[in-house]
Parts: sequence; C-alpha cells; structure tokens
Amino acid sequence: MMQIEEEVRQFVVDNFLFGEGEQNLANEDSFLEKGIVDSMGILTLVSFVQGKYGFEVPDQDLVPENWDSVALISAYVQSRVGVAG
Amino acid sequence: MKTSTTFSPKVFELDAPRVTQQIEEKIREIVYRRLRRKGAVVGLSGGIDSSVTAALCARALGKDRVFGIMMPEADSSDDSLRLAGRLVESLGISSAVENIRGTLDALGCYRRRDGAIRLVIPEYSEGWKCKIVLPDLVDSSYYSVFSVVAQSPTGEVRRVRLTPAAYMGVVAATNFKQRIRKTLEFYHADRLWYAVAGTPNRLEYAQGFFVKNGDGSADFKPIAHLYKTQVYQLAEYLGVPEEIRRRPPTTDTYSLEQSQEEFFFSLPLRTMDLCMYGRNNNVPAEEVAASVSLPPEKVQRVYDVIGSKLASTRYLHMVPQLIEPVTEVGAEDAH
Repeated sequence: MMQIEEEVRQFVVDNFLFGEGEQNLANEDSFLEKGIVDSMGILTLVSFVQGKYGFEVPDQDLVPENWDSVALISAYVQSRVGVAG
Repeated sequence: MKTSTTFSPKVFELDAPRVTQQIEEKIREIVYRRLRRKGAVVGLSGGIDSSVTAALCARALGKDRVFGIMMPEADSSDDSLRLAGRLVESLGISSAVENIRGTLDALGCYRRRDGAIRLVIPEYSEGWKCKIVLPDLVDSSYYSVFSVVAQSPTGEVRRVRLTPAAYMGVVAATNFKQRIRKTLEFYHADRLWYAVAGTPNRLEYAQGFFVKNGDGSADFKPIAHLYKTQVYQLAEYLGVPEEIRRRPPTTDTYSLEQSQEEFFFSLPLRTMDLCMYGRNNNVPAEEVAASVSLPPEKVQRVYDVIGSKLASTRYLHMVPQLIEPVTEVGAEDAH
C-alpha cells in the first residue's frame, strides 16, 4: 500500500506539479479542490494506472471517489490488484 | 452577492435595436480608430455566430467593407458552404471560397489524425468516419472523459475511451483546420487592409472552446460578450436567414456529425447559457434549477465543471509571456 501510494504520488508530482511545490500536496488533498487535475488529467492518471498495475479501468470507475487524491487512487488500485497493505 | 428570487430565461431578453446600435458603434470605433483598418474579414461557417458577426460588421461598416470567406475541407458538411453562401447573398457582401482540403492534406492533418485514432482502434483506416465525444454532463459520472466514436465503412459503430496520446494526437491534428482557416483570413485581411473579426459567443469565449492561434485569433470579437440565446435574438432582428437560425450548432470538424454539446459543452446550449449566467451573477443553484428543470445538485455540478473549465483553459487566453515588461509597448496592446 505504501509503495503504491508513493508511486502514485510521484506520478502526480511529476506530471501535474512538474516537480515543483511537492510539499504543498498532502496525499489526502482533493485534486478537484486544488485544481490540479482536469478531465485530461484523469485520462493521464487512468493511463498510468492501467499501464503500471496491469488492469483495465471501466468507465463506471471514473468517479471522484476513486481518483480525487493520491490516497483515493492508491486505495482504488489496492482494491483492484488485491495487494495486502 | 446577488440574491435574486426571480431568475428566469428572461434574463437574456435584450433590446435588439439598441444593442445592435451599440455594437455597431463599437465596431466602428475599434476597426477605424483603434485598429486603423478599413473593413472586416469574417470566416463564414454557415452557423449562427459567424452569420451574426458578419451581419453586424456589414451594418457597422457597410456591406462594401466586409469580406466573407468560406473554407470547406474534407470533413465539413455541404450544408455549411450552402448556408454561408445564402448569408453572403442576403448581406450583399463580397466573398471567396477557399477549399483547404489540399493544404490540410499536405500538412498531414488527416493522416496524423487517423494515426492517433489507430492508437485505440487499430483497424481505423480509409473509409472510416469518426468524432470525439464527451458523456452527458448531467447523467454521467463526475469525470467527463473523451471517447472516440468511429464508424466503419460497413456501418459498424465503435466507441472507445481515448488514451492521452490518442486524444492529444487527434486534437493537435484537427487543430490544423482552424489554424489554416485563420491563416487565410489574415491573408485576405492583409490584402484588403481589413481587420479580422472573430466569431465566438460568450460560452465559447469564456470556456475556452477555441483553438489558440486558430479560431481564437482575431483583431476583434464583436459577440464575445453575448450568451448564445442572445445571439439568436440578434440573428432574428438582423434578418439572418431562418435556415441558419434553425440549424443545430455543430463543430463541423469531424467526419461524423458532431454537435457542440457532444464535444465540449455536454449540455443543451440553452441550459448551459442559464447555468453560466447564474454562476457569473452569483445566483444560487436552487434558483437556476427550476429554470433548467434540473435538481439543484446537478446545477451545482455544472457550476463546478464551468469553474474547472475556466481554470483549465486559462492558457488559451494568455498572451505570450515576457520575462520582463517591455515598457515601450502598451500593456493593453502587448501580444
């Protein structure tokens, strides 16, 4: 779990914060509220997760409950790959 | 904070003769005195916005000082050219048809677009048709992610969610269309010593529904402050042919028929107009809800999506950024 969270966080920092201001992003921060990920960003996150963790994300899973923070994405990935924390 | 309790579609009602006169005066001031050009070039799509823009310019500057350009390509509908021709006729302005298909071919517009689509639909090739769509904003899950809808030559239709590379590849390639059109508009403007009129309405302008240095580029934008509903009112007053006024708004960019709702707004334009007005004027979602026949939480969601669109398209409005101010160029003129 910690490893997934770290990998997702690193991807978000690299791709949406361009490596800057990392200290201002908590893993629980809402992407929507922070305004750092738009619908194009969601496509990017989905593509990353599918490629990295090897499963398909169905359309019905594209809801904020799964994608709106580093912590939520890690939890979603964990639930899909079934890795114990 | 406005606390109106009388919100209704009536907010869009305008005094067409008065508003038209104000816009005409402004156009003359901008074109003659600020831009110091002697007329206006307008790219005509056969749609309501470019028709109203051309009609306003013709009234403001005189029909002899407006030049209309029709720029069909492989994917634009025959109706676009026909309706633009009708407008030219009704206004009595000069015009030219510039078919941009060959230019787009030479740039690889179609080839590059098809290559990007093949990233998600490998069998996509000659004879297939496509469009890019968003889910309906109100009925779908929160995230509006783009899909490509492709139709094979035998009529089989497939809808596939786009990857970032496919989406950006398709958009980058199709943006050639708007940029080549704008290149031709500026060619004619330079030739005639005219200014280029941009044609966005308020929804398009504010929410960034344009291509930077493509249809987003212009010397002036005479209807950018008007909601779509108001553009229709002016169209009627200005005598824009009824067939143009009844035509559903289209992007006219993809080979499959694509409405603006599918590609960008995800809502009927009347509903988007009301929600945009409500959000701009701090009208609580509950008050707008009744006018658009949606529950308040859905209106709030539309408000949120508009907010994120305004943020994510800010880049499109930005002029070239300088490292330090260059004081000899006025800040309002800088580009």
